[in-house]
Amino acid sequence: MSVLELRGVHKLFGDNHVLRGIDLAIEPHEVVVVIGASGSGKSTLMRTINLIERVDDGSIVLSGDDITDPRARVDEVRSRIGVVFQQFNLFPHMRVIDNVTLAAREVHKVPAAEARAKAEGLLTRFGLGEKVREYPDRLSGGQQQRVAIARAIMTDPELLLLDEITSALDPMLVGEVLDLVRSLKEQGSTMLMATHEMSFARSVADRVVFMHQGTIHEQGTPEQIFGSPQRQETRDFLARVSHR
Amino acid sequence: MTTDGALGAAFEPSSLELERRAFRRRASGRSVVVALVSTVLFAVIAGTLVLTSPGWDSVRTTFFNLDIGTDALPRILKGLWLNVRVLFFATIAVAVLGTLLAVLRSLRGAVFFPLRVLAAAYTDLFRGLPVLIVLYLVGFGIPALNPTQRFPAAVLGTIGIALCYSAYVAEVLRAGMEAVHPSQRVAARSLGLSHAKTLRLVVIPQGLRKVVPALMNDFVSMQKDVGLISVLGAVDAIRAAQIAQAQTYNFTPYVVSGLLFVALSFPMIRLTDYLSARMAKREQTGGTV
Repeated sequence: MSVLELRGVHKLFGDNHVLRGIDLAIEPHEVVVVIGASGSGKSTLMRTINLIERVDDGSIVLSGDDITDPRARVDEVRSRIGVVFQQFNLFPHMRVIDNVTLAAREVHKVPAAEARAKAEGLLTRFGLGEKVREYPDRLSGGQQQRVAIARAIMTDPELLLLDEITSALDPMLVGEVLDLVRSLKEQGSTMLMATHEMSFARSVADRVVFMHQGTIHEQGTPEQIFGSPQRQETRDFLARVSHR
Repeated sequence: MTTDGALGAAFEPSSLELERRAFRRRASGRSVVVALVSTVLFAVIAGTLVLTSPGWDSVRTTFFNLDIGTDALPRILKGLWLNVRVLFFATIAVAVLGTLLAVLRSLRGAVFFPLRVLAAAYTDLFRGLPVLIVLYLVGFGIPALNPTQRFPAAVLGTIGIALCYSAYVAEVLRAGMEAVHPSQRVAARSLGLSHAKTLRLVVIPQGLRKVVPALMNDFVSMQKDVGLISVLGAVDAIRAAQIAQAQTYNFTPYVVSGLLFVALSFPMIRLTDYLSARMAKREQTGGTV
């Protein structure tokens, strides 16, 4: 069974038809990378999966459950999906450890001591053992984003959504975050990520999806998309990003 | 870390920097002198004007009579203790009611429409009504509902004050909650937190921090407005002063109670200024403007 399946998903903002019938399935342990120009619908796609935006047509199925059904329990669905944002969105009034354990304690009802031990283990593995008691504003961007990833995977979500997680980072700090994502892949996380890091997309993706004007224009293995793109728009996009 | 130490010891300001520092010292010295001279000058002129005015002697005996002031002091202090107690209970009531109103106003969804409207109407009404009128309405209206039972005037006064100030505080809290960036809500909801938990754990703690100076300002304002309960007949500091004035035909007790109110609010005013300055400084770190 697919972890995630999108069937004919549409999204409109007024007259702006942002998603025009998206069909996409993600299998367990698969890493799908979405590329495309700004405004192609990548972020909106992420937000519909997380039910931040309501779809205007079609359905989204998470491990067999139709989450676009109005009877679906939104909070329960969201607790099964981990999200990492471009701007980290850590809670500035909580220490690193409390940021990471919040959902476990408050949503999944894990005992505080148990959540704490698990979070400390995660943070140590992520090279943040020293920062457990710090507040987020004392951390570098790369460290903050690694905390955000720890927060997202703390409750073992079925699917991880990564929305341009390195776009707000200093170029020097991009590497440490991408290395972490690579290690998550090795441990078998199922991920859907939007990114502008083409070389990273190439090395980490099982499948690359090129979005153009609200549709999936072309998809395939990294070798197919980056090596021999079939569509003119894909070739144009790749030519533009590689000449930056 | 020895290299760091060596670098630190090696740093000597250049002659350019030394000259700049000397200039800043001279400039700030000049400012202090100018401020001192103008203050003294102003005090002398104002003092001379008051002391040489034709009515000063009678004003001094009617408003600044030390004997009458000392006589009235114990009773006024006893009254002030009532004000402090009213303030204590009103603060608790305002915190609870104000938070409730702010949360009600921020509820989303059609189901909560009546609650939202009710909360909005409440805050509009009580921010517009003069405190004095609310006190009269509560102080004489509630007892009229049930003439067989008597509530102490101080209790009714506390209710009146709390009704007014919870409207102000609710608006301040709501402004604080709305100042929390929407991405914080999105992050919390994405973790699976319910709307209520998102408010309680993420939005309110951050919103509260943003409006601490404004809340403390409201508190200072309430600290003096508890004196208004005297109109209901509660023997607070102002009422005690009024009684003393009626006995002596001298206004010194009013001055005494005024000074006591100022003394009561002074620590809070200083603390508010200190916290505001500290927060402003934190927001501006990295700049000199």
